Amino acid sequence: MNRTLRRWSKHPTWRALLLWVLPVAFLAYFFYQPLLALFNLVISPTWGFDLGSLNLDRIWRPLSFTIGQAALSTLLTLILGLPGAWLFARFTFPGKKALKILTTLPFILPTVVVAAGFNALLGPRGWVNLGLMALFNLSAPPIQFLNTFGAILVAHVFYNTTIIIRVVSNAWAQQNIRLRHAAQVLGASPWRTFREVTLPLLKPSILAGTFLVFLFNFTSFGVVLMLGGPQFATLEVEIYIQALHRLNLPLASILAILQLLCTLLITLGHNRVSGLGDVVTSPPAHTLDARKPRTGWERLVVILLIITLFTLLVAPLASLALRSFVKLEPTRGERGEIQRGLTLQFYRELGVNRRGDLFFVPPIAAARNSFIFALITIGITLSLGLLVAYALGQHTAINKFLDPLLMLPLGASAITLGLGFIIVFNRPPFSTLRFPILIPIAHSLVALPFIVRTLVPALQDISRSLRNAARVLGASPFKVWREVDLPLLTPALLVSTIFALTISLGEFGASSFLVRPEYPTMPVAIFRYISQPGALNYGQALAMSTILMLASALGIFIIERLQSPGKDIF
Amino acid sequence: MLSVDRIYKSYEGQPLLNGVSFEVRESETVCLLGSSGSGKSTLLRIIAGLEEPESGQVAWKGKPLGNTPAHQRRFGLMFQDYALFPHRNVAENIAFGLRMQNLPKDEINTRVNGALQTITMTGFAQRKVTELSGGEQQRVALARALAPNPRLLMLDEPLGALDRTLREQLSQELRRILHESKVPAIYVTHDQEEAFAIADRLLLLHAGVILQSGRPHEFYHHPKNVWVARFFGLGNLVEGTVSAHSPLQVETPLGLIQASCNQDPPAIGEKTTLLFRPNQAVQDPNATENKITGKVLDQVFQGENYRLTLAINDHIPEFNLTLPKPAEIGAHLQVSYPPAQVLCLDNGAEV
Repeated sequence: MNRTLRRWSKHPTWRALLLWVLPVAFLAYFFYQPLLALFNLVISPTWGFDLGSLNLDRIWRPLSFTIGQAALSTLLTLILGLPGAWLFARFTFPGKKALKILTTLPFILPTVVVAAGFNALLGPRGWVNLGLMALFNLSAPPIQFLNTFGAILVAHVFYNTTIIIRVVSNAWAQQNIRLRHAAQVLGASPWRTFREVTLPLLKPSILAGTFLVFLFNFTSFGVVLMLGGPQFATLEVEIYIQALHRLNLPLASILAILQLLCTLLITLGHNRVSGLGDVVTSPPAHTLDARKPRTGWERLVVILLIITLFTLLVAPLASLALRSFVKLEPTRGERGEIQRGLTLQFYRELGVNRRGDLFFVPPIAAARNSFIFALITIGITLSLGLLVAYALGQHTAINKFLDPLLMLPLGASAITLGLGFIIVFNRPPFSTLRFPILIPIAHSLVALPFIVRTLVPALQDISRSLRNAARVLGASPFKVWREVDLPLLTPALLVSTIFALTISLGEFGASSFLVRPEYPTMPVAIFRYISQPGALNYGQALAMSTILMLASALGIFIIERLQSPGKDIF
Repeated sequence: MLSVDRIYKSYEGQPLLNGVSFEVRESETVCLLGSSGSGKSTLLRIIAGLEEPESGQVAWKGKPLGNTPAHQRRFGLMFQDYALFPHRNVAENIAFGLRMQNLPKDEINTRVNGALQTITMTGFAQRKVTELSGGEQQRVALARALAPNPRLLMLDEPLGALDRTLREQLSQELRRILHESKVPAIYVTHDQEEAFAIADRLLLLHAGVILQSGRPHEFYHHPKNVWVARFFGLGNLVEGTVSAHSPLQVETPLGLIQASCNQDPPAIGEKTTLLFRPNQAVQDPNATENKITGKVLDQVFQGENYRLTLAINDHIPEFNLTLPKPAEIGAHLQVSYPPAQVLCLDNGAEV
């Protein structure tokens, strides 16, 4: 009996099952249960909700608007991103490294920070409007940027251009240069080489990038809410409004299910095309062929592209940081001649609870909360991520069933997650009122797919023979893990930690459902301050955004340093 | 037909090609031999027009090609990693160059089929190139390079990625195809056996210049200098100082040696290096010149001969011989070299 048990415990299927238990239980309880609850809410009669009486227009309007804005944003992104990819893949120019680092920024910058950045640049209190007002002695801001459709598009282009640039330029730079040489030697002119060889080989990565950008635009929440305003309700914003402002949970649930189906379709499309990119015949031996722009025409296009990208990436972020140190308007209650100029006032005020309100904790408390939530998120995602990575490494039949289940949260939006959470857990033992642990759990669900994608390839890279060598040299299984796996996994673990940290610090969608006034996170607090009147609130929001931006920037720079070149999270 | 004239190219500040000149004549296969990193592939890319030399020129039938872009040179190039287009099947890969010439569809089909026959892969037209074995990919790459009837074919380590048995088999096939097509060819390799097997003429590229060129056997009998002798592993190299001319005498750690020289011998008092080929030692007890005595360290049976290693003294701890008779390990052995068989080599170009 004992021996059978021991044999069983060594069987790979059994071991894989053991490794799967915790992650599967976590996902089942915290992801699939809320998801089912959404479905249940729609079909169950106890809510007194009648599908037939539903005004289809209330579904069709946000859906069509979501698709429309996502398509338009994606198109604009491609128009700027593809030339950008060409720039990075083919040319060397002064400042390329700096610009390359800048392009990593939007990837992990919280939406509230980006929204605050564009607000500081083009909003009614932003640099451009205040400058024009001072210059021409105007009494009202001349540029209406906030609450326009254009604002949403610009922010989406800001976010996603760099995705296209990174995905496509990586594929471009890694293309075996000999394929192009072969075409040339066989008589293809440069243009024909591009059309017949370069472009067809780039197609999978362009398609994959397009799907990814479309997905991000489709599920965009913070940007639309903060820059577009309520009249431009995407599915996400509509779910948020229906659930939290109108308290119409059944309608919110229907929209959430619709959203889930759409994102699932987009994700499937993305997986289909990104799989095509794997047909690489030989390891690219000669890939480095970036060169200086030669002809005058090339030089002009390159310079224009650099200026456009630099402006797009730097202007909102620089305005944000600068604006948080500069006082340009009177704060409420101040009379007479006001002191304009550099100030640390907005940062000092972060520690003060001006209103003395029970629910309005000082802003600095939000930073502390965010940090604690982030630490818990790191703990949860790293433990689960490691278990999943090892389970997938067992190569058993159950992986086939469990792997897609694991990646499904990728397709679910944070808003859907937040909605599901309040439906399921807004009662003991988890009541969101008393138990903020749900926040880091939601963050973990958002971050987990990224962590798994970082850890699995790192683990696969560890050659089996290294472990065997350690074992033959007398290391026990635990020592093998400590002496071989752990040191080789360390960079990936660090990257995962920073991913979990930055994702948790910036998460806005799910948090906006789960956060209670006395436990605000930084993004929620920023949203709260920036939507309130008064120069002080505005300054505080920008100061906090700046802090969050610096934290995220630091994180992504460290990730860039740790990740081996050529590997990307996409 | 092709003339390459004083090509200069540097890589990361170091000169890589330092004035390379040579010619390729009609239907001749020239082998460019050199160790890895010697700039062989770069030279091919310059000839193909894929890279530009910093100075020097490439000309075809006397006409400089400096302003002719790669796609108009009508040179074929077969890449070391084959560079087959992964998004096209076997037939489409072979047809690529023909399509670039805007040939009619029927002719393209006929010629692709012909090319498939030449490489004995007729059934493979619709196969994905990613599903081919290394040897099959190699043959498709050859067919693709030959299909548009290039004026010159260049092959960059075409057998480099294959295993030994496949290499021997394919190098024979390559020789047959090159011979039948009569296209002048430049064949780049670092493997001397492969070079000897394929080449009508051999060029040895070293330190950015063509160190020696000639027919394969010339390299064996008349290595131009010490480096060439060492590269081909021709035998024991012993340094010495010239002490007399006619007859040429060299003072070495082996004693005073009488040697012969292909070119003008170095001046008296100058350093030189002597080549003792292992198989040219004689066991003649009456010999008076060039006697070498040493202790047998090791002995390996090689079928017809025995390969012996002698320890001679502190300066020459190992000296290799091939003898028809075995010796006893630890015993002292005396051999001699006829002066005509000791070759005095130029030290100068040693880099």
